[in-house]
Amino acid sequence: MADVVVEQGQAVRAARARKPASLRNVLGRKSTVAFFLTLPLILLIALLVLYPAVYSVHLATLNKSMQKFVGFGNFLFLFKRDTFWMVVKQSCIFAVTAVFFKALIGFIVAHFVHNIPAKGQRKWRGMLLVPWVIPPAMSTLAWLWLFDPSYSAFNYTLSFFGIGPINWLGDNVWARFSVILVNVWYGAPFFMIMYLAALKSVPDQLYEAAAIDGANWWQKIWYVTLPMMRNIIAITALFSLIVTFANFDIVRILTSGGPLDQTHIFATWAFKVGIEGSDIPLGASVSLFMVPILAIAAIFILRDVSKRGNEA
Amino acid sequence: MSTLAIDKAGPSRKVKYGSMSRDRAWALRWSYFFLVLFAIFFLTPPIYMLITSLKSSAEISAATNPWWVFHPTLSNYVELLTSNQFLRFFWNSSIVSLAVVLVTMLISVPAAFALARMKFWGSTTLATGVFLTYLIPDSLLFIPLFKMLAMVQDLTGITLLNRWYVLLFIYPTLTVPFCTWIMIGYFASIPKELDEAALIDGASWLQTLTRIFIPVALPGLIAATIFAFTVSWAQFLYPLVFTTSVDQLVLPVGITTTLIKGDVFNWGQIMTGALLGAAPPLIIYAFLMDYYIAGLTAGATKG
Amino acid sequence: MAEVALRKVVKRYDDVEAVRGIDLDIADHEFIVLVGPSGCGKSTTLRMIAGLEDISDGDIMIGGDVVNDVPPKDRDIAMVFQNYALYPHMTVAENMSFGLRLKHYPKAEIKARVTEAARLLDITDLIDRKPKQLSGGQRQRVAMGRAIVRNPKVFLFDEPLSNLDAKLRVQMRIEIKKVHQKVRTTTVYVTHDQVEAMTLADRVVVMNKGRIEQIGTPNELYHKPATRFVAGFIGSPAMNFIPCRLEDVGGRLQIRLTDRIAFPLPPARAARYNALPRTDKLLLGLRPEHLTESHAHLEPGVETFDTVLDVTEPMGMETLVYFGLEGTPICGRVNPNAGAKDGAPMRLAMDLNNMHLLNEATGVVL
Repeated sequence: MADVVVEQGQAVRAARARKPASLRNVLGRKSTVAFFLTLPLILLIALLVLYPAVYSVHLATLNKSMQKFVGFGNFLFLFKRDTFWMVVKQSCIFAVTAVFFKALIGFIVAHFVHNIPAKGQRKWRGMLLVPWVIPPAMSTLAWLWLFDPSYSAFNYTLSFFGIGPINWLGDNVWARFSVILVNVWYGAPFFMIMYLAALKSVPDQLYEAAAIDGANWWQKIWYVTLPMMRNIIAITALFSLIVTFANFDIVRILTSGGPLDQTHIFATWAFKVGIEGSDIPLGASVSLFMVPILAIAAIFILRDVSKRGNEA
Repeated sequence: MSTLAIDKAGPSRKVKYGSMSRDRAWALRWSYFFLVLFAIFFLTPPIYMLITSLKSSAEISAATNPWWVFHPTLSNYVELLTSNQFLRFFWNSSIVSLAVVLVTMLISVPAAFALARMKFWGSTTLATGVFLTYLIPDSLLFIPLFKMLAMVQDLTGITLLNRWYVLLFIYPTLTVPFCTWIMIGYFASIPKELDEAALIDGASWLQTLTRIFIPVALPGLIAATIFAFTVSWAQFLYPLVFTTSVDQLVLPVGITTTLIKGDVFNWGQIMTGALLGAAPPLIIYAFLMDYYIAGLTAGATKG
Repeated sequence: MAEVALRKVVKRYDDVEAVRGIDLDIADHEFIVLVGPSGCGKSTTLRMIAGLEDISDGDIMIGGDVVNDVPPKDRDIAMVFQNYALYPHMTVAENMSFGLRLKHYPKAEIKARVTEAARLLDITDLIDRKPKQLSGGQRQRVAMGRAIVRNPKVFLFDEPLSNLDAKLRVQMRIEIKKVHQKVRTTTVYVTHDQVEAMTLADRVVVMNKGRIEQIGTPNELYHKPATRFVAGFIGSPAMNFIPCRLEDVGGRLQIRLTDRIAFPLPPARAARYNALPRTDKLLLGLRPEHLTESHAHLEPGVETFDTVLDVTEPMGMETLVYFGLEGTPICGRVNPNAGAKDGAPMRLAMDLNNMHLLNEATGVVL
């Protein structure tokens, strides 16, 4: 017995002497593995996202031939142009209106789908999500054809009601309406799916409790559904705001910014100036104006997401 | 009959007698009425694509009722599917999308595993960074990327601009952040005891990933794969900027630039092309709807 | 097969000490249960033995070798988790053989071991099912099977029965005991359930706030608790603690509970407590079974008193009675035919031969 104790004592001492090096080895192994597993991700983000983002700031300070440093010259030039302010205004109108109607329609449709028997919900949900699944470049072509000046299927239909013909894409106001309409059509199903998932996560007992407390359907929505879904509504709307604000496909294909640059938003105008007009620094400057709005939305989303993470 | 329907209606409420059930029946009727209206709104463009694709140019220019096909013909389909140019677009799109899916998975799955399970210095910051990257849109980066590619091309002599394979490097910037993010969510939802059991069973980190985590998180993996594929297939801005020659184009750009060019819009062919271009994502969606939707909602509800 | 030893083992999380210097020797073949309330450090201790947590200080030895820096897979241990942690995509057989397959054991041997373990645990019919198709009890068996096929030096159980319903828990408890009798592997078992601890263990380790309160056989802990914590933790319903003090009346030592109630101590007890200062605030520790109904022929050392019952709980073979003594809630166990009723007066007998006396300030059993 006493022997054993002595032996153990020695073992302990031996272990102490060994400890620091081997412990470091263990840690080293784990973090080395982690490093190699994340290395491709880090490289990708650093080289193809972060670097270009910083590089575009540098580009924005050069002149058109990219040989001279002009500081804020490009920005000052933009501030003096009416088209630029029109783009700012249209981008904001476009994004805010589209997101609002996407959220509204998404919420309403989600409610109706949630209302019908569970058996049929899958079918309806599947059908209503189709606009989101079709690549927007493809579906916008269909809209372009629906809006076609001479063969518009909409105008054909409206003529039976004595309306029209409407110059969908040629008239200032109607063109702005049309790009928003197509964007709402494309994005509302996404909201619908998100809200539907959120609606399903509200426990039935809450509605039953509210019904016993004498709430009508409107009060149930206002006092139960909306508060329970607040987080998901906020996140979806902010996320959509970013995507809508940075939209390119729909406006590019539908109007190319016309008529008379009236429907240009940041992305399409940056493309026109930077790529088609070969003024890369000016194009970079235009797209940089998206950053403040994107940053604000991103901060709010991040706050929400990390809050969620802490709860979990 | 109506009570039966209401009974099934209920994730929401129990069947009640009298006025309650009458209210429910009316709510149900209104729900269906509005759902039909919205379905018409949502499905008009794709249906109109189909209608137009079945018409001959003559019928289109005759301006008959646009909502009806009087002389259905498959000539548009035959013409496109035998056109080398269109098949080239389709081929480019397929190669690019499949390769991007592969690259995306190879990058995101190991990274997500490390971020979800191996707490290391800076791992939380990196996870947040991944999410932020996901919020950076393509329209912010296409100009600097264009210039960067041109610079690399000048420096190394490797042709990058106007080559479809450059998209293999660029598309992952759109797919990897989201896929990593949702895979982090799926991996994090696997109980910690499972990898501890694997650790005790003698599995290394890599074995834990390949033999436990990937099989267990397979639904998430499928959702991420679908996402990566549909994003790559639908991407429009990058190929529009980086590729110009007809033989380098992918479908969305190919259809919008080559079929629309000129004074005469051949709408029958454009709609056929658009429909064929929309077909792969739609088919995937039809068969894997649940995974598709899981991936869609995972971004905001997981992690 | 091996002994396990812990030497001054400490676990620190940032500035919180979850385990504060534990010394424990576990003999070969022994079944040791770590028991204590949640947050007492018992699971952390187990996870340090498994190698799932680094130890902040001290040493852990398995079979005489210090394993502080040895990764879990090289410690030759097997662990059963509370939520079973079965691999959901593998069948029962694949679950059980995963570890062996990773070590590239020959196929025939893997098959033999799995078959043997399945037979031992009576899950031969389930061998091709997935965990999803199994009940809780069956999953628990598979988790044990996974541990057995590895034939490790030590079994580690982390609250393995907590996810089962009460009836199944009793059944599986017996099952675990049977398995241990057959395989005789050194076992460390963590639970918060003192009944599980008492029924399974060769020796029980009671832990509280990161320290070991007492180590002993189940009977030792029950009859000779060392501290108030152990006395109160082991046994259900829990031991009663009644404030009291000692006094000398007519040359005899007596214990005073209230102004009205005081009893002379039995001679053996009186001799034991005689040296205590009379001014100390003390607690009388008395298990409910030593507070019974009064009857005609009382043994020496059993004293009676009258009280009014608050609540009674008929349990069938006995009735639990609850009453207050100067604000201290007390529980007793009486014969179901003794006529105990809610709110009724009753004469009860207190068996002072089985009393414990504790120092109220230190919690030490005197």
